[in-house]
Amino acid sequence: MTQAVSSAPGFWKKNQQKLAPWLFLAPGLLMFVIYVLVPIFQSIWISFHDWDGLGEKVWIGLGNYVELIDDEDFYTSLKNNIIWLVLYLLSIPAGLAVALFLNQTVTGIRLYKSLFFFPFVISQVVVGLMFTWFYAPDFGLFSQLLKWLTGEEVAVLADERYVTYGIIAAGLWPQTAYCMILYLTGLNNINPEQVEAARMDGAKGAKLLWFVVLPQLAPATFIAMVVTVIGSLRSFDLVSVMTAGGPYGTSQVLSYFMYEQALSEYGYRMGYGAAIAVILFLIMMIFITLFIVRMLSQERNA
Amino acid sequence: MKSLKYLTGLGLVYALTLGSAAAGELVINSDQSDPAPKKAMEQLIADFQKANPDIKVKWNNFDHEGYKSAIRNFLTADAPDVVSWYSGNRMAPFVKAGLFEDVSDLWAQGDLNNQLKSATKSMEIDGKKWGIPYSTYQWGIYYRKDIFAEKNITPPKTWAELLAACEKLKAAGITPFTIGTKALWPTGGWFDYLNLRVNGYEFHMDLTAGKVPYTDPRVKAVFEKWGELVKPGYFNANHAAIDWQDAVPQMVQGKAAMYLMGNFAVATMKDGGLKEEQIGFLQFPTITPGIPMAEDAPTESFHIPSGAKNKADARKFLAYLALPETQTKMNATLGQLPINNKATKSNDPFLAAGFEMLSNAYALAQFYDRDAPADMAKAGMESFQEFMVKPDKLDAILARLDKVQARVYK
Repeated sequence: MTQAVSSAPGFWKKNQQKLAPWLFLAPGLLMFVIYVLVPIFQSIWISFHDWDGLGEKVWIGLGNYVELIDDEDFYTSLKNNIIWLVLYLLSIPAGLAVALFLNQTVTGIRLYKSLFFFPFVISQVVVGLMFTWFYAPDFGLFSQLLKWLTGEEVAVLADERYVTYGIIAAGLWPQTAYCMILYLTGLNNINPEQVEAARMDGAKGAKLLWFVVLPQLAPATFIAMVVTVIGSLRSFDLVSVMTAGGPYGTSQVLSYFMYEQALSEYGYRMGYGAAIAVILFLIMMIFITLFIVRMLSQERNA
Repeated sequence: MKSLKYLTGLGLVYALTLGSAAAGELVINSDQSDPAPKKAMEQLIADFQKANPDIKVKWNNFDHEGYKSAIRNFLTADAPDVVSWYSGNRMAPFVKAGLFEDVSDLWAQGDLNNQLKSATKSMEIDGKKWGIPYSTYQWGIYYRKDIFAEKNITPPKTWAELLAACEKLKAAGITPFTIGTKALWPTGGWFDYLNLRVNGYEFHMDLTAGKVPYTDPRVKAVFEKWGELVKPGYFNANHAAIDWQDAVPQMVQGKAAMYLMGNFAVATMKDGGLKEEQIGFLQFPTITPGIPMAEDAPTESFHIPSGAKNKADARKFLAYLALPETQTKMNATLGQLPINNKATKSNDPFLAAGFEMLSNAYALAQFYDRDAPADMAKAGMESFQEFMVKPDKLDAILARLDKVQARVYK
């Protein structure tokens, strides 16, 4: 039996080296194609149609995109997405600050670290609910505090001037925790000899941080950047839980706008929703391309 | 949790419908997930099976939000035999897509055209009937009787009296009306009633059917009246931040005196600690004299999907649902009003008042988000909310609604 196999060096034997990685990759690739690549092209295809999900698809070419350009809600969402993008980045310095603060050996530091990490572990929906109550007029802690300080009450989530900032503040809480963890692991890998050497040369405080510690944290910063940017563009759960896009659509972001048009009780405009998804995808592609280019160039230099 | 329920529900549907080849099995999908509706439904199914021992009912109960998207999947993919849905324009997409069965024959046999007459308009599309209605409830102004008595206010019957009452309450430091507009739909009740009273039922229906633009001066007149309540601050501030339930405590604590709501709000008010004698009900006052009084009364109904496998038994179920005895028993549990005019109604004072109002009504509207197509309703109610916060932006708001209207009704 064994002889028979070894005597016939078949296709498999000859190409084993080349085929093995693909075989190992196959299950993942298959999933990726079915659940990621194909839906992307399906979305693009649907975005050229007028379709309610039930009847026939009607080809309208760029009709959905033309309508999108003329849609106030689209610009509101876009503007909010940009605010999200910029302010969400605050979680990186905030995370770094917390990480530096917690990077010491005191009794019980593990407990403190866990407590700071806690908001990232709980679900976004829970974070959203907690902040909704926090902001709630009449009984919310924040409203009470504001009333005590200024004598006036502001219903953050009902005021179009503050609503987006209120939601972002809620989002920063878990995101800061995430960045903190990234930086804590980064700080563990810092070369103590370099720090020692810098100390001997008289560097301390801000200078030591800027010229010695931060450069070594660059990989952590890069990852934090990637997850924060993508996280800010995907912001959906908090908007959905805290305001459902309200008041009168002023806290919408693209992902929620897409959901509302395509899948919510009042929408079912699959084509229009798909068009929004395509735009969101293109915006994300800009950032993803930037990140990948950077990553590749780093790998080449290494 | 919601999605889990949804998934298990969906899984159930598939498991059940796949095995439903067995004769005499009736699959019902519905969203009676709240305690009272769930109990009413359980009773209904038990009684129906007792009356028809050869039929076995399989009931898949969904939660509300999950149901709204699930129904689109199961109607096209693997239809059950009976589904619950909303009447009026909310069922139009399913009727137009040929997903609902015409049940005019059920109405014709038996005396249903007569007995269910009050709901005819809401069940009819293209002259055919698409389901059987079984329950309804009234909308109106619920008010604090004790506060009114204390401030010496008689329940207003006209717009001028309402404004006077509001002024008095406001001067006494009480917010006249409480409302929570976070979920948008409570604003629809206000628009419905103001439009029904200012311009009347026919105009309201023309508007929700897309025959009149929102920039029409008659629509503007509606917002003018609304503005008379918004501008002096007769609604609670911050209403955009709260849900309808969160607006109830204002009334319970005596910080607000009136609430334009559906009858289901009474239960919440009582749970909050108000006694029955503290709550009063009044019909929305007259605005334009001489316009016949129409009311908002959403209808609940069951339908047969055209893809149903057991249509014979589904028809039996709907016929059973239409019976006066069935509707009497069901609505006693639901705390709502039966549609069948031969059914006996409960002697709850609010339902009795509602019944009297509805039986004298000139016509019944379903509710803004059922009378208008879904995407129009969404844009409309969002605008109503915006108007209630920024009444000065009215012209821009109405122009935007015209734009939406042009797209939706094309």
